[in-house]
Amino acid sequence: MSDQLLSPDHPSVVFACRGVQVYVKDGDTEKQIVRGVDLTVRRGEKHALMGPNGSGKSTLAAALMGHPSYRVEGDIWLNGERVDALEPHMRARRGMFLSFQYPVAVPGVTVANFLRASLAARRGTEIPVRAFRQELNAAFATMSIDPSFITRYLNDGFSGGEKKKLEILQMLLLKPAFSLLDETDSGLDIDALKIVSDGINLASGPDNGLLLVTHYQRILNHVQPDVVHVFMNGHLVRTGGMELVTALEERGYDWLAEEAAIPEGSRA
Amino acid sequence: MNRDDEMSGTANAVAANAVADARAARSAELTSLNDDYTAKYGFHDPEDYFLKAPKGLNHEVVEMISRKKNEPDWMRAVRHAALDTFRAKPMPRWGDTEGLNGIDFENIHYYIKPQGEQASDWNDVPEQIKKTFDRLGIPEAERKFLAGVTAQYESEVVYHSIREDLTKLGVIFMDMDSALREHPEIVRKWFGKIIPTNDNKFSALNTAVWSGGSFIYVPKGVKVDIPLQAYFRINAENMGQFERTLIIADEDSSVHYIEGCTAPTYSSDSLHSAVVELVAMDRAHIRYTTIQNWSTNVYNLVTKRAHAHTDAVVEWVDGNLGSKLTMKYPAIVLLGERAHGEVLSIAFAGNGQHQDAGAKMTHAAPNTTSRIVSKSISKGKGRSSYRGLVKVNRGAHGCKTSVECDALLIGEHAVSDTYPTMDVAESDVRVEHEARVSKVGEEQLFYLQSRGLDPDKARLMIVNGFIEPFVKELPMEYAVELNRLIELEMEGSVG
Repeated sequence: MSDQLLSPDHPSVVFACRGVQVYVKDGDTEKQIVRGVDLTVRRGEKHALMGPNGSGKSTLAAALMGHPSYRVEGDIWLNGERVDALEPHMRARRGMFLSFQYPVAVPGVTVANFLRASLAARRGTEIPVRAFRQELNAAFATMSIDPSFITRYLNDGFSGGEKKKLEILQMLLLKPAFSLLDETDSGLDIDALKIVSDGINLASGPDNGLLLVTHYQRILNHVQPDVVHVFMNGHLVRTGGMELVTALEERGYDWLAEEAAIPEGSRA
Repeated sequence: MNRDDEMSGTANAVAANAVADARAARSAELTSLNDDYTAKYGFHDPEDYFLKAPKGLNHEVVEMISRKKNEPDWMRAVRHAALDTFRAKPMPRWGDTEGLNGIDFENIHYYIKPQGEQASDWNDVPEQIKKTFDRLGIPEAERKFLAGVTAQYESEVVYHSIREDLTKLGVIFMDMDSALREHPEIVRKWFGKIIPTNDNKFSALNTAVWSGGSFIYVPKGVKVDIPLQAYFRINAENMGQFERTLIIADEDSSVHYIEGCTAPTYSSDSLHSAVVELVAMDRAHIRYTTIQNWSTNVYNLVTKRAHAHTDAVVEWVDGNLGSKLTMKYPAIVLLGERAHGEVLSIAFAGNGQHQDAGAKMTHAAPNTTSRIVSKSISKGKGRSSYRGLVKVNRGAHGCKTSVECDALLIGEHAVSDTYPTMDVAESDVRVEHEARVSKVGEEQLFYLQSRGLDPDKARLMIVNGFIEPFVKELPMEYAVELNRLIELEMEGSVG
């Protein structure tokens, strides 16, 4: 908890946000989904964000990346720099990454062309074809994806597991400073979960950080978080370590809701 | 049997509007084309012509064109009769009839002959015209990957060449006027046989004042392995270009023909109204590829039709960019058993443009097969329409046909509509039809943006992905050029 006292632009902090509120259009009015979230992720740390289904975890992740559907208030910091006024691609180029729960298909665009363009955008320079090929082949091998996917259309007709593996492959290639991983474990069988978790661990190092958004503990046995947050009713209601995960697994979310005095209708 | 007057009744009856509110977008004003088109294609040469017919159309103009060309009497008679047909015919009702009413037929030059004679050596092409085609990259393309080239400037072909080995095999590739002089018997046998004068108002107009265009004859068994190309350029303001193309692929032969078209940007309108007739004899294969990129002051009204005999294959690959209004529905009549027809097209409609394109497929023999794939992109206040006819005649048992229409909308005001007509007289026929309209979605954009791509690049990537199935059918050089053209159209994107 002492982390919260660290200044968001402290050199040891890779990502931070202060007072983040997220609103979504609801007819002519707005609905508030996130009601004030502070996070401080230090270099080398893995954070988990847990919460019941429908609590707005995914909304928070997308909003932090700059999704145009949301209005966001509050400050967002990446590597000591404010990024909340930047468009998503500018955040990405500075080293933010979002692994999608449901990656969209882009028919007609090959995985290779897409990856080459994103790598060039992230690195600020075109990558020579040969070097790119080598890098790509290595990454595909690491993530156990058949090389034939290189020439397939992006996420077009991919299974859920294939999509998730490709998301983490992108994380490996783009080498983000800070990654938001949204329900990366959902829809994965045991083998795929192992591959995806190994990929995340491989992409993590002493200089970068991540926030793993999940409903279940299962992936946290593979990707051990340093800090665990519980998100309910638009707030972080509890922050702790792995013991919190165990407690949630045994007791569910309701006891936390009661402690936080969240009315029953708003616990989702 | 493909007369548009007969078909329009069915078309109107069956017409289904996939996306409503097309009318609202019709009020969109014609906006000036973006600067990049102007830089690359929109320039025009100073006018220096050997002969420029006065504006307007009458029997004197028709007589003058025919006399200047020293044509045989039968052709002159055909032209005069066609002018009468043109005058008697109403505007076609198949298509954007309302849009056609904007044409001022009296404000058009129907014939312009540039300086100089047709050259077969690039160095002999008049300097100014040579510069034009140099700028457009034509001679370079010829050196790289073409078996033959003709370049038409205004009404006349100014340059022509064909690989020698093809000539030795008996392949004829020349402009239509030369063909009428040098191969009168073939021209007379086929001219107007696939598309008769009275097919529609614009085929009659073309027949009256046609000039230039390509003539190809491929003898029995000869396979022309790399493409033959023609390039059409309008330079003068208020010009009418009426080329006439006839391709005959004799039994067991094959040929791929490509045409490209551009015009400068003027404030007042020009008219491009071609007639293209193809004949694929038994087991012959013709692929006809068009990439046109007219400036937005050109009415582009082209009648294209092919006859496919037993076991023949005909493919129209048709890319429509630019123009003010394009109405084009490449047609294939499958006359012989097991003949196969394909129409693969894309259309890009920007602000103030209407691309009314599609296909007409007639199954006139048993066990014939066909496939229509139409992709359209509407951007800003652009409108694109798919208008198609699939007809299965009585007695044409065991046919298979599939129609696939994909529309992509960019921005809130872009419009797409589809008018598919099916007229099937037999029951043992497999007919598939699929139509999809999609928007460049926020989720796709966000996904690409979250990987560092800026919104323009992301949109371009989505659009290029959308037309990929079309682009991969093009020779490499054309694929590259088309992607570049799309990039120009997409610049400064959402309207």
